[in-house]
Amino acid sequence: MTISLVLVIVMAVLFACGVYAMLERSLTRVLIGFLLLGNAANLLLLIVMGVPGKAPFYDGETDAADMSDALPQALTLTAIVITFGISAFLLALIYRSWQLGQADTVIDDADDVALRTRTADEPEDAMDEESRSDDEDVTTDFVGDVASPIRVLHQGDLSQLVDDAPVDRVAVRRPDDEDDTSDTQDGDRP
Amino acid sequence: MSALVPLLVGIPLIGAAINLIFGRRKKTQIVVSVAALTAVLVLGAILLVEVDTHGPLAVAIAAWDIPFGIVLYVDVLAALLVVVTSIVLLAVLLFSIGQGAADNDEDTPVSIFYPAYLILGAGIFNAFIAGDLFNLYVGFEILLVASYVLITLGGTESRIRTGVVYIVVSLVSSILFLAAIAMVYGALGTVNMVQISERMALLPQDTQTILHLMLLLAFAIKAAVFPLSFWLPDSYPTAPAPVTAVFAGLLTKVGVYAIIRTETQLFVDNDLNFLLMMVALSTMIVGILGAVAQAELKRILSFTLVSHIGYMIFGLAINTPLAVGATIYYIVHHIIVQTTLFLAVGLIERRAGSTSILKVKGLMRAAPLLAVLYFIPAINLGGLPPFSGFIGKYALFDAAAQVGTPVMMVLIVGGIATSILTLYALMRAWNLSFWREDDDSTETMERIAYLGNAPAAAISTERRTIPKIMTLATVGMVAVTVSLTVFAGPLLDMCLRAGVTITDGVSLVQLQEQAGQQ
Repeated sequence: MTISLVLVIVMAVLFACGVYAMLERSLTRVLIGFLLLGNAANLLLLIVMGVPGKAPFYDGETDAADMSDALPQALTLTAIVITFGISAFLLALIYRSWQLGQADTVIDDADDVALRTRTADEPEDAMDEESRSDDEDVTTDFVGDVASPIRVLHQGDLSQLVDDAPVDRVAVRRPDDEDDTSDTQDGDRP
Repeated sequence: MSALVPLLVGIPLIGAAINLIFGRRKKTQIVVSVAALTAVLVLGAILLVEVDTHGPLAVAIAAWDIPFGIVLYVDVLAALLVVVTSIVLLAVLLFSIGQGAADNDEDTPVSIFYPAYLILGAGIFNAFIAGDLFNLYVGFEILLVASYVLITLGGTESRIRTGVVYIVVSLVSSILFLAAIAMVYGALGTVNMVQISERMALLPQDTQTILHLMLLLAFAIKAAVFPLSFWLPDSYPTAPAPVTAVFAGLLTKVGVYAIIRTETQLFVDNDLNFLLMMVALSTMIVGILGAVAQAELKRILSFTLVSHIGYMIFGLAINTPLAVGATIYYIVHHIIVQTTLFLAVGLIERRAGSTSILKVKGLMRAAPLLAVLYFIPAINLGGLPPFSGFIGKYALFDAAAQVGTPVMMVLIVGGIATSILTLYALMRAWNLSFWREDDDSTETMERIAYLGNAPAAAISTERRTIPKIMTLATVGMVAVTVSLTVFAGPLLDMCLRAGVTITDGVSLVQLQEQAGQQ
């Protein structure tokens, strides 16, 4: 099977860039990374197709040896559709994340952080220091930036800005349930 | 009979479509969902009896000649897992109906729950009956996309946070899987699993190892095998209780199922068993040590889930027909028991308003039925006789001991240690949440202070009454876990038969015969 070296190089570069972008904490970059990776995988599928030839159903007289291998094309089309759908979902997710926290970063799991701090008094535990310094330089490009290209609206900035998305019961605290809630947190039974 | 096979995927998908049309009518949605899953359960049972007596079924979609078109392939393993999956899906559906009815659905967009749930089912069934790698990929994608919707259900802050971790990790594994399929196609010119296994021997060992590792890596992320398991305990606990229960029971097992196919069917000559052994050992030990360090029930269970995946990988690494059979039994046991435990914890959360073992106390007196519903699956998972956890582990260790190499002995010891630690983690939770008196002294609090104040454990929800249907669904699942013990003989026999069938393999000619093409 002969394959095009240029395509292989392009695929490798796409994979490398995709992986690099996915390692970022900013979700928008993760999305870009995912798109690059998806395209790289699709390109790989096309590369394994081999030398392009005539379409299999072109005129009915083409010799089988001159035809393109149709199967990888079908696989690629399926994969493109799947990647497209997931990208749309990711965009919605990023938007929601932005709407909720005015940030689109991946946040550390609170329990993991707690576990880490619990064991931090041992001197040989260098992991903690390392991840702390990591946390500091990861933020989105926009939050807290004076020159932010989009005006970040916080809840309450505008009276008509209503977050109509459904929320958990925990978040909704009517003033009259206050006693009930504090009671629950104490863990006593009524 | 083979006409029934595509219906396993078709019925849930059609059900999901009807559910979307009747998005505003919850009762219709419930009826359609229950009916669709019941139909799949009946179909699965019929197919299981059929393939167990007459041998595997192969179906060529749209009558394309095998191996050119899409092939669906049902053997005892696939049919058994379809039956178990539909039982679990049905029980959890009832549980969620109970929850939904009690909460009046003010704050969850429930119209999307039922369709997404059915699509998740369709994806799982599709993965189980896929006869080619690409269809397996499509099955994975269907179930993953549905799971993305379910894990971020409601779009609250915590769910978005944990959902992001889950989604990004799943995306990476999907891309890896797709790239691996492309490589396999490039090397062998086919994606049909039977044809791959026939042609694989023609490849040089190095190429085989590369393909093998790529596929294993993709599946190991999905199955949450150490060191690719860290996403799981972060992302599962925040989802709604029924969703977590289904994910914990089923999603990782689909990954394990794919690993079974890879190990026993695709790469027969390429031996990565030692690597798998080491991975299995570290999954068991690291997973269970994680569970011991947690103070929140759902997180404890998530870590035990990771740790018990290790047993399944161990069984596959032994790689004898007996061991594969024992692994299948263990998978069936674990799907059911893990789901039941998560449902029981869902009930605890409702009853006590928290899942922190530091806060919940005195439940034994307050809710004795709940105590039983937690206790039975807990000691089952811990592997106490006579329950199925013990039988599954015994079968695995027996298969390992028959091989008898020193590394097997190390793994058996590791497995026993994991089992004891599982029991420790779950029984400590039992002691604190159920056995502890309501008015306990500060001395107890000091003794458990080493657990710290886990942030996830601090989350409290409203304390609510438990609707009957939720209890009923959980009681039903506990009954199923007990029946795994009662019918352990026939079930284990069937699993061992399935193990033999899989390790024997099929040829392309046999596949064509099974599909009635020759």
